[in-house]
Amino acid sequence: MARTIGDVILDLQNISLSFGGVKALTNISFNVRQGEIRSIIGPNGAGKSSMLNVINGVYHPQEGRIIFMGKERRKMNPHEAAAQGIARTFQNIALFKGMTVLDNIMTGRNLMMKRNFLWNALYWGPAQRDEIAHRKRVEEIIDFLEIQHIRKVPVGRLPYGLQKRVELARALAAEPKLLLLDEPMAGMNVEEKQDMCRFILDVNEQWGTTIVLIEHDMGVVMDISDRVVVLDYGRKIGDGLPNEVKNDPEVIKAYLGAVY
Amino acid sequence: MIYREAGQFKASYEADMQIFPIRQDRIAIAAIVLFAFVGVPLFASEYWFQAIITPALIFSLAALGLNILTGYAGQLSLGAAGFMAVGAFATYNFMLRIDGMPFLVAMVLGGVCAALVGIVFGLPSLRIKGFYLAVATLAAQFFILWVLVKFPWFSNYSASGVITAQEIVILGWTVDEPVEKYLLTLAVVTVLALAAKNLARTHTGRAWMAVRDMDVAAEVIGIPLMKTKLQAFAISSFYCGVAGALYAFTYLGTVEPEAFNLDLSFKILFMIIIGGVGTVLGSFLGAAFITLLPIFLNQLFHALFGDSLPPAFASNVELMIFGGLIIFFLIVEPHGLARLWQIGKEKLRLWPFPH
Repeated sequence: MARTIGDVILDLQNISLSFGGVKALTNISFNVRQGEIRSIIGPNGAGKSSMLNVINGVYHPQEGRIIFMGKERRKMNPHEAAAQGIARTFQNIALFKGMTVLDNIMTGRNLMMKRNFLWNALYWGPAQRDEIAHRKRVEEIIDFLEIQHIRKVPVGRLPYGLQKRVELARALAAEPKLLLLDEPMAGMNVEEKQDMCRFILDVNEQWGTTIVLIEHDMGVVMDISDRVVVLDYGRKIGDGLPNEVKNDPEVIKAYLGAVY
Repeated sequence: MIYREAGQFKASYEADMQIFPIRQDRIAIAAIVLFAFVGVPLFASEYWFQAIITPALIFSLAALGLNILTGYAGQLSLGAAGFMAVGAFATYNFMLRIDGMPFLVAMVLGGVCAALVGIVFGLPSLRIKGFYLAVATLAAQFFILWVLVKFPWFSNYSASGVITAQEIVILGWTVDEPVEKYLLTLAVVTVLALAAKNLARTHTGRAWMAVRDMDVAAEVIGIPLMKTKLQAFAISSFYCGVAGALYAFTYLGTVEPEAFNLDLSFKILFMIIIGGVGTVLGSFLGAAFITLLPIFLNQLFHALFGDSLPPAFASNVELMIFGGLIIFFLIVEPHGLARLWQIGKEKLRLWPFPH
């Protein structure tokens, strides 16, 4: 299926966020179009993760408007963001350590599982059908990400690279419209990075999922992104196609370095 | 050879998601339940029912309740005995004040009362965690007992605050013999234990564990923290409430608020710590360990030394050995007896060819 980039589905206008006197984000605007891979880059402490936290409602910006799928919001909690179809992974793996891979991914579908606890206590009729239907969808994601062999292993026992993949699986299980990935390739070796790139591209292509990505590996960013936003000290210093950004003198000065 | 799933292929998700996916487990559980219902009543004496097995089952249920809250949902609580008291006194009052109230209905209503009280005392969990929450639940423990003593209405104005459990009649079957009380307790515990096992493996349980393991990630995935925590408090308190009702009606017969003091709460907490936090099996193992081991040690001392030791000395040594064993087990396996069983199972899977 050919990729099609559609209209703007997420529009951030003049976002400012501060913690006490510390300004994390200052007057930032950018948008994300349906079906594209949008990267956010910048040096450490530039406000990239804060930006993601604003998008999925962990932080509430003091100023600015967020328009997602045509609906404007000032304040939203993470639970509402999830209900609207925003899923994410974390910079430091945030899996549920005591649970198996399968259970972790199943939690991604919790929002869609509406049977109340009395049905579940009986595990009979609709409750069982529900569990099995969702298990089927989860197995498709497990197949997709090639983690069949570890589905019953507690995630705490897995190596780092696989944990990152399980976290992606859990986010995908929610069938998000917008997927936020916070450094999905940090700390990986080349093969693992290649695998992860392939999965991200496949998700984007086959399911048309819109992706916002934070990443420090410039090779990866320039290769797979449609458009790139550059942040520095909480300000936007660049925005555009990978090539434009790469050659922007201000971006080179702040982040990429002259040699690149 | 004895315990492994080799050759047991699962062709459907139904089969893979069974409550006990391994055949040997299914057989063992069925055998244990059958033995408990049929075998035990044939062999055990009245003393055993009255003083050992019935209370052990009741404590298992209370431990299971606390395990739902602390083990699965990760909310530390020291209020278990308080919620048991609510269950016991509410059941008593439903029986007393409503004519012809059947015991089982009163017991469930008592559990529901405990659940409501549990929700109220679970509210602090929305803001505080860990040890601080444990201290907040202490308030439940003290406040509930204070209310039950302060307002004599709850004990029907009895002078000493003691309530006497009414006769239990279920559809014309009068439950008054120790064996019958044991069977009733066993039936309730079996049903609720299966329900807990089911809750734990469906999305209800997954939401609890997600909140326990990483609450920020749980919220981002779309698990509502408030609802999940309060639900855990409610269901946990329901289990404790039913356990409290059984404690009063099938075990003690007469009970005062002071029977549900902080010591009992600690005892139940120790049960789940020793048995295994976050497992249904652990609640039973822990309750058995805490209630049966002192009796076993006592018998052992009698058998070994007869009456040659001064009784005070003997009972102190028993306590020391008991404490020593608790420490020993916690050092050997901090995750409790259920984890020992789990490790044993994994070893058995490969035995006798581990490579």
